[in-house]
Amino acid sequence: MADMQQAYEPGTHPDLPPPRSTVGVVGWLRQNLFSSPFNWAMTFFSIYVVYIIVPPILSWTLIDADWVGKTRDDCSRVGACWVFIGVWFKQLMYGRYPDTELWRINLAYVILGVSLTALLVPRFPWKHWVGVFLLFVFPIIAFYLFVGDAFGLPLVETPLWGGLFLTLVIAIVGIVASLPIGIVLALGRRSSMPVVRAICVCFIELWRGVPLITVLFMSSVMFPLFMPEGVNFDKLVRALVGVMLFSSAYMAEVVRGGLQAIPKGQYEGAQALGLSYWKMMALIIMPQALKLVIPGIVNTFIGLFKDTTLVLIIGLFDFLGMAQLSATNQNWLGFAVEGYVFVAFGFWIFCFSMSRYSQHLEKKLHTGH
Amino acid sequence: MKNSVSVIALAAAAVMFVAAPAGAGTLEEVQKKGFVQCGVSQGVPGFSNPDEKGNWTGIDVDVCRAVAAAVLGDAGKVKFTPLSAKERFTALQSGEIDVLSRNTTWTLVRDTALGLNFAGVNYYDGQGFMVRKDLGIKSAMELAGASVCVNIGTTTELNMADFFRGNSMDYKPVVFEKADEVVAAYDSGRCDVYTTDQSALAAQRIKLKDPKAHVVLPEVISKEPLGPVVRHGDDQWLDIVKWSLYAMLEAEEYGVSSKNVDKVKSGSKNPIHKRLLGVEGDLGKNLGLGKEWAYNIVKQVGNYGESFDRNVGPSTAVGLPRGVNAQWKDGGLQYAMPVR
Amino acid sequence: MAEETKQAPPPARPPIWNDPVYRALFFQVLVLGGVILGGAYLVNNTLANLERQGIASGFGFLERTAGFSISMTLIEYSEEMSYGRAFFVSLVNTVLVSLVGIVLATILGFIVGIARLSSNWLLARMAAVYIEVLRNIPLLLQIFFWYFAVLRNLPSPRQSVEVFDSFFLNKRGLFSPAPVFEPGFWLIPTAFAVGVVAVIFLARWARKRRDATGQPFHTVYVSLGVLIALPFLAAIVTGFPMTWEYPVLKGFNFKGGSELIPEFVALVFALALYTATFIAEIVRAGIMAVSHGQTEASYALGLRPGPTLRLVVIPQALRVIIPPLTSQYLNLTKNSSLAAAIAYPDVVLVFAGTALMQTGQAVEIIAITMAVYLTISLLISAFMNWYNEKMALVER
Repeated sequence: MADMQQAYEPGTHPDLPPPRSTVGVVGWLRQNLFSSPFNWAMTFFSIYVVYIIVPPILSWTLIDADWVGKTRDDCSRVGACWVFIGVWFKQLMYGRYPDTELWRINLAYVILGVSLTALLVPRFPWKHWVGVFLLFVFPIIAFYLFVGDAFGLPLVETPLWGGLFLTLVIAIVGIVASLPIGIVLALGRRSSMPVVRAICVCFIELWRGVPLITVLFMSSVMFPLFMPEGVNFDKLVRALVGVMLFSSAYMAEVVRGGLQAIPKGQYEGAQALGLSYWKMMALIIMPQALKLVIPGIVNTFIGLFKDTTLVLIIGLFDFLGMAQLSATNQNWLGFAVEGYVFVAFGFWIFCFSMSRYSQHLEKKLHTGH
Repeated sequence: MKNSVSVIALAAAAVMFVAAPAGAGTLEEVQKKGFVQCGVSQGVPGFSNPDEKGNWTGIDVDVCRAVAAAVLGDAGKVKFTPLSAKERFTALQSGEIDVLSRNTTWTLVRDTALGLNFAGVNYYDGQGFMVRKDLGIKSAMELAGASVCVNIGTTTELNMADFFRGNSMDYKPVVFEKADEVVAAYDSGRCDVYTTDQSALAAQRIKLKDPKAHVVLPEVISKEPLGPVVRHGDDQWLDIVKWSLYAMLEAEEYGVSSKNVDKVKSGSKNPIHKRLLGVEGDLGKNLGLGKEWAYNIVKQVGNYGESFDRNVGPSTAVGLPRGVNAQWKDGGLQYAMPVR
Repeated sequence: MAEETKQAPPPARPPIWNDPVYRALFFQVLVLGGVILGGAYLVNNTLANLERQGIASGFGFLERTAGFSISMTLIEYSEEMSYGRAFFVSLVNTVLVSLVGIVLATILGFIVGIARLSSNWLLARMAAVYIEVLRNIPLLLQIFFWYFAVLRNLPSPRQSVEVFDSFFLNKRGLFSPAPVFEPGFWLIPTAFAVGVVAVIFLARWARKRRDATGQPFHTVYVSLGVLIALPFLAAIVTGFPMTWEYPVLKGFNFKGGSELIPEFVALVFALALYTATFIAEIVRAGIMAVSHGQTEASYALGLRPGPTLRLVVIPQALRVIIPPLTSQYLNLTKNSSLAAAIAYPDVVLVFAGTALMQTGQAVEIIAITMAVYLTISLLISAFMNWYNEKMALVER
């Protein structure tokens, strides 16, 4: 009461605490969940949706699930039967790759993992060398490790490849091989020479305009007819060529975006220095453009990674294909859902972390401008 | 991973110097590379099916092993390429495989327009229907209005259309790319009927959740002679595949099996035995093969009857009766041309 | 000075191998030659292979009798018709699944995108979780999930889920009553068409009047009234010339009424749920791209929230939203080809599947299939370019 009567000079009134209803838990709730009748309704709607979706999923995947065992009889079938995944884990990861040779894949994983970590650590000093190693040396090492038939390693034929391993092979080969092709196509599309430009535009639009599945069909049933008599490729190589053609068109568009973002002054500066076209591109433009499009490349990779599942339609047993195959085994009929959920989880981990990384990169690159 | 560079280099190299050997026959090629590349199914129990380790078994697989035994003297020198119904003919045409042994029906169009040659019949089959027992259906004529699950691009798809059209019944086809998907869809109740060759019905049945709850209807609506296939235009290779199959049949007809073959070879006075096993004359020479071509087949793969019993016979999970696939002497259709 | 310049010798032409004009020409000839040679090599090989193996070629097969049947036909088809007809049937199926998918994905995408921006914490979080989960799982897997995992749990035809004895849901699909049109029905759509024309003129007149006098006119309400009242009047005059045909369980399956096969439902569901996640992100980005100053300025001019949204925010947001939205539509259309994995009779399954295997003419059939998708893609891009130009004109 005394406060109310007291008179203050203008500007000398002490700060009052904010109203109760706007701070703390209550305030947060009022502001974020119950600010208007419509919001009330939305909140209850959301709670209801969460209520009908989350508890059954939790109880199926975790609470009622069976984790240990060797056969289907170890599963109660009330919840998920993760025993199924456990039994088929090797096939889901490596396909039918011989047990005694699995170390070859694992070794390649380790090399790849270490070099990628080195690349991703911001302050690692010899990044360029690691990059050169990854792009030029590692593919050769990996090729001989996986295929074998040299250096005393026994041959492992591609029909035995499968599972997550095959998925990674297809996605990574697709993206790495499509980068140089994509760069050439992007340069061609921005070229001042009309014939070159027209050819590149046709090529890019052709592959971007058709679904991957038709490209894969083409590579599996038409490709053999394109080759001269007696020449034929492995089924996996044919699929890889299809994936490469397809993703190079998308890569070209990503790179073109980067090229367009380089200010004209950079071109003019390079020309003023007397650099030739190729020197200008290699030394001035591309390094800047490629840095800009890394998030775009990562996004293309995520798309390609998800799209590799389509190879199961042409009979390669990738991660998803292997899960389907395992669920048609006589002893494990009816476990398709567990397989799908596991594969979905695997893909999700990969794609989600990559998309987070690309968002992080985008933010980092933005601050520079 | 990232073996793209090497792959491209390999591809380029391959294109450059492989353009020449167009004239070389399949036999020389097989002898040079040291194995037979054999196209098989993606998994039909009893016919061609891989186990978890990727070892293939089945009567279709045995045909390829017989060819390898005849040509290379070792039935193990076969590499298998699993093919979908869609890919199988292109794979053969393009030379990716040397012989296609993938329960393929012999038809006029395939023999002519697709550029293929059928080397014989290793299983006489016919198309049938499978339904759930609890539907209480006794005959295929009661199937009007049914949904039918079927594998895409097979003769089965066309036969089914003919059958329903010929009997003025309507039906709903549900067409899948892979045999496994057909079975899964039928098992889940998407269709009332599953139709394919009767042998495959028996084989795929064991992939169902409850095999006993289903019944195969008595009607056989088509002739499906299944056999190995080779490319047009290489008569020598056609002969080899054809006679490898006949050798298996001939061996069964005259009582030679993998168990008694050594005894027969050394002891038998029967000129038919002597000719077949290369003791007398040199029939292999006519095929471009060694003297012991048929001996190797019988020794390592067995005769037709053994192969049948081992893979699809009544004692196996597939459990097919010999039926029309018995020797002609026993009232069946299997009739080997005389090996002489 | 001028004299001097005139007399100066013309700059020496560089030698021909250093002249940029000739270099460019040479390079282009080289590239073109390479492409033509490469193409000729492939074509030559293909022709040689086809001839050597005696494989039939040419497009004559399109007129031959197909002999197989198709599980879902919107236009008339039977086994006696040609491969060409089967192609059109499957093309219509592709277009249908794409259109329905696009409509559903757009609606869901806009709802989720706006929900993601909602001030309601729970709702925004839920939208975010939905987006992050579904966009990072391969579409094919989602299609399999809806088809094989969800379908398995639906009842068989005899235990169908019924709604009002007219809608039935079971493993064979969703069955609903179908309208049967009787003579005289044509008047109703005609009345509707007349209504549409009237509304267009009304809108023009209203805009003119507003520009001239500043008087707003409630076009929306009046239009709705016209569009409903005219067909209704026509229906009364003709005495409701339409009945419903109800699906009835006969033998194995339901007969009559209209039917949605489960392959269609699963495909549309998966396509819409997957694409909606991308559309939601596009919508969110579009709305966030309109700076808050625009809204404030609009309020300062005295516009109320409704018109502000309609006349200021949405037109600007749409300019950002439409181009990526179109490419999502394109993706959805291309992704509809995954139908091949679950027996929905689209172009890839029927034409590049059954027809390919029955005729063995891989080259022709794959080429036609690719051309179909390419045409659809080019049409959609053409629309996108047209729209972009139109939007650019509006900009001042």
